[in-house]
Amino acid sequence: MNQNVNKQALFNYVLALGDDAITMGHRLSEWCRNAPFLEEDLAIGNVALDFIGRAQMFYQYAAELDDQGRSEDDLAFLRDCRDFRNLLIYELPKGDFAFTMVRQMIVDLFNMEFLEQLTKSSDERLSAIAGKCIKESRYHLRRSHDWVLRLGDGTEESHERAQRALVDIWGYTPELFMVDESEQQLVQAGIAVDRAALMSVWDNRVGQILTEAKLQKPEDSWKVEGGRRGVHTEHLGHMLSELQFLQRAYPGLQW
Amino acid sequence: MMSTEKKLPLFEIFVRSKRGLDHKHVGSLHAEDHTQALEYARDCYTRRSEGVSLWVVKSSDIVASQEEDASSFYDPMDDKPYRHATHYELPEEVNNM
Repeated sequence: MNQNVNKQALFNYVLALGDDAITMGHRLSEWCRNAPFLEEDLAIGNVALDFIGRAQMFYQYAAELDDQGRSEDDLAFLRDCRDFRNLLIYELPKGDFAFTMVRQMIVDLFNMEFLEQLTKSSDERLSAIAGKCIKESRYHLRRSHDWVLRLGDGTEESHERAQRALVDIWGYTPELFMVDESEQQLVQAGIAVDRAALMSVWDNRVGQILTEAKLQKPEDSWKVEGGRRGVHTEHLGHMLSELQFLQRAYPGLQW
Repeated sequence: MMSTEKKLPLFEIFVRSKRGLDHKHVGSLHAEDHTQALEYARDCYTRRSEGVSLWVVKSSDIVASQEEDASSFYDPMDDKPYRHATHYELPEEVNNM
């Protein structure tokens, strides 16, 4: 395989994983001081920090691979919407607590499967990052699974909100399993995870949790994709304006 | 922060800081049940590597001695020094006792 093509593909891949993590981390961080009660506020902030730490690890690696010599901070704070490669499900607004937790359960389940495969990557750096993250994800899932059960099988209102969240999110889930051309090269090289192959296990486990939570699995009637091509929802720009504000207003500021 | 008008039960949290030591009371928190209390304890009390084991106990399950019982509970021991293990010199190697 051509060394250059490979390096560019690897950069794209690592950057996209960083973008997934930073958008998820930022959405969760929006619960700081807004969570239903103090204990949950601390707990959800911890999860947010796990994702932001994850983004940092991916961005550090991406910065080393970058032809343009950008730093990890440049990658996080100085790219515009169209340059972000995160999957759409991560950038959706935090919504109500049910939406946040239903999405979290969906992506935690996915991440458990994904990271387990990524630990087997022939790229040692990715495999090491995955090894670190998978322990966190196991805990994230424990929490989000727990909350989905409480909400789905809780009060009439919590059930209704969880069900509505599920319906609103469902069409964003197929994108988790899409592999583009650049990624496909890396799958063949044993570097990237074959996402498509994770679908059936994920689908099965989501189904189990939803049944347990007395929630109805939505029909596969619609789907949206585009994140990996830089085509985002209208929400990402607003998120970035907050996430990137400081570096945009005071370039190079450190503390 | 929304108020927790419908009060969640209170739990007391105990952390074992390392193997060989006993669990120490570190504080309390609100949670729906034991499972959730354990998870919140992890996030509230062990996020800076403070522990290797956690206990959670419903606060209402703890029975405490009362201040006014102090004279009958503790004072009688004060003048029985032969019961106190204060005359032994501990070897340096015994770190935690």
